[in-house]
Amino acid sequence: MALTLFDKLWADHEVAILEDNVSLLYIDRIFLHERTGSIALESLVADGRMVRNPEKVFCSMDHIVDTHVGRTDETLVPSGKQFIQSTRKASHAAGIKLFDINDPWQGIVHVISPELGIVQPGCTLICPDSHTCSQGALGALAWGVGSSEAEHAMATNTLVVKRPKNMRVNLVGQLPVGITAKDLVLHLIAQYGAAGGSGCAIEFAGEVVEALSIEARLTLCNMAVEFSAFTGLIAPDHKAFDYIQGKPYAPKGKQWEEAMVYWAGLYTDADAVFDKQITIDCSHLAPVVSWGTSPQHACSVLDKVPNMPTNIEAGDEASYLRAYEYMDLHPGQAIDSIVIDAAFIGSCTNSRITDLREAAAILVGRKVANGVKAICVPGSKAVKRMAEAEGLDKIFIQAGFDWREPGCSMCFFAGGENFGFRKRVISSTNRNFEGRQGPETRTHLASPITVAASAIAGRIADPREYLL
Amino acid sequence: MKPLVMHSGVTAAILRTNIDTDAIIPSREMKLVSKQGLGEGLFASWRYTEAGGRTPNPDFILNKAAYKNTSILLSGKNFGCGSSREHAVWALAEYGIRVIIAPSFGAIFYGNCIRNGILPVTLSDELIVELAEQIQDPQKHQLTVDLINKVVISATGLSYPFVIANGCQTMLLEGLDQIGVTMKSGKTIQMFEQSYRQKRSWLFE
Ligand code: SF4
Repeated sequence: MALTLFDKLWADHEVAILEDNVSLLYIDRIFLHERTGSIALESLVADGRMVRNPEKVFCSMDHIVDTHVGRTDETLVPSGKQFIQSTRKASHAAGIKLFDINDPWQGIVHVISPELGIVQPGCTLICPDSHTCSQGALGALAWGVGSSEAEHAMATNTLVVKRPKNMRVNLVGQLPVGITAKDLVLHLIAQYGAAGGSGCAIEFAGEVVEALSIEARLTLCNMAVEFSAFTGLIAPDHKAFDYIQGKPYAPKGKQWEEAMVYWAGLYTDADAVFDKQITIDCSHLAPVVSWGTSPQHACSVLDKVPNMPTNIEAGDEASYLRAYEYMDLHPGQAIDSIVIDAAFIGSCTNSRITDLREAAAILVGRKVANGVKAICVPGSKAVKRMAEAEGLDKIFIQAGFDWREPGCSMCFFAGGENFGFRKRVISSTNRNFEGRQGPETRTHLASPITVAASAIAGRIADPREYLL
Repeated sequence: MKPLVMHSGVTAAILRTNIDTDAIIPSREMKLVSKQGLGEGLFASWRYTEAGGRTPNPDFILNKAAYKNTSILLSGKNFGCGSSREHAVWALAEYGIRVIIAPSFGAIFYGNCIRNGILPVTLSDELIVELAEQIQDPQKHQLTVDLINKVVISATGLSYPFVIANGCQTMLLEGLDQIGVTMKSGKTIQMFEQSYRQKRSWLFE
């Protein structure tokens, strides 16, 4: 029978079928972070259980650590220090690998896992963080879970999972200059709604996806959860294999050869059937920016804040009105006239080396507009090292950006650092929900180059005007 | 976990769509290194007059006298979308919510509900609106949910059947802990692992 990539990954990990559409799946990799790691580990122990296979469990300090240079366990997040220290203690006690604050590989979990070769094609990986779907970019089945599920996976190396549907998003045509994976995925969500991928494992395919770098593919899959998908994934190709080869946790020698044989079969068969398919021609896309409080509230940087759709459902109407109010915008305002208070480049969505290179190319020789607070937080220590070796840090600093230590930072507000009450931020992150970046902070999602261009302009700007 | 077989309780309608986990419990309310003490932070941004404060916002439904003992929520579609934080469900559970009725749920959130003894009931948009109308009268804002027969019964006696997977139903009915259930299949897991390890040795290094 013809199978999709997802079908193959599912079948290869199916320990038992529990009932219609619910299976016990084998879990190859578990990633924890300090926000919930100690809760999961301690609650496991409290129930008299232990980590079944500590070599399969990893933990990163990323969510609430301070990102200022010279940081310690102290952080502005209320009781953050306690989270950090109890996670350290619980990780050591459980015998799992911890990427601690000063570890040379520390960084945001979804950045370091690919970077270290921990996620690999054909493996299952779970993490109590919804953007775990990013890692599907390497042909893995990776998805975000709750704390109890992380405990379940640690105790049994399995999870009870309801089988999602198969969906394929075909991205065809040729991506214009200045349009990134972030624009693509925001466009997709704006077109088909934030619930468009609900209940589906989404395979991204087509010539546009093939042409994307692995890092751009990670951005694409990162946002699958904002489309309400179970996860996103991409068939691994030579780019993926080249990317993995030589990474610290990648298979080596004879095992590399064996792995390659298996990986070569990880693609969707020609006549496999999807429950749902979407095709988007990407040849005429413009940079996309969100204007409201859901990732589906997004449009081209050349557009105006849209009117409420005429065919809107009752509940959606209220959320539209609330979005205008919260964002302090009204229909008809030109997107590129919206003045910003801050610019943020960071998060597991867009903080990898290529993101920083592209942003730096816009910032070089330019200055952030007066009054705009601009911050860049590299996704990992490795990204930061690379960037500094290339001199990107100097470009960011000279332009007026803060240059930070790796972490999730202001991707989300945990009671610590934030941009301030009702401040307007253009941000390379993934969520523009109310309060996501701070009390009443207004978030506009965009690509790193749109963020860089907007930081210079002091208002939301089209990055293509700066691409010289 | 408390089993859920038949539950009657005060029902509050918050008919917004896409009520995300940040709205259910804002990040700033997740201060504790434990699952307890989160009920206070439930819907904090709506429930209190200011961020981090504790002055009740009199306009928010759960602060109204008639809704003091709310244990059932009626909501718009995609309830619990957003982050995977289980704190959202822990907060709901600690507050005393036992049933949430909505046209659809965030996928991770749905599973988290089952694991924490909260019943997510999926009903169509139209039926949600109909139910909301029926419970508008504070005399009739009580609903009954019968999980054995998979039906919601309104105070006026109308019944609304719903669908739930057998596994989820059993876990809620018996108040089971999923890890304990799976551990009973320890042998099956070991056998699978043995052959899997031979085929994918590189994943065991
Ligand atoms: S950067 Fe943001 S989305 Fe990514 S893992 Fe951290 S908190 Fe989650």
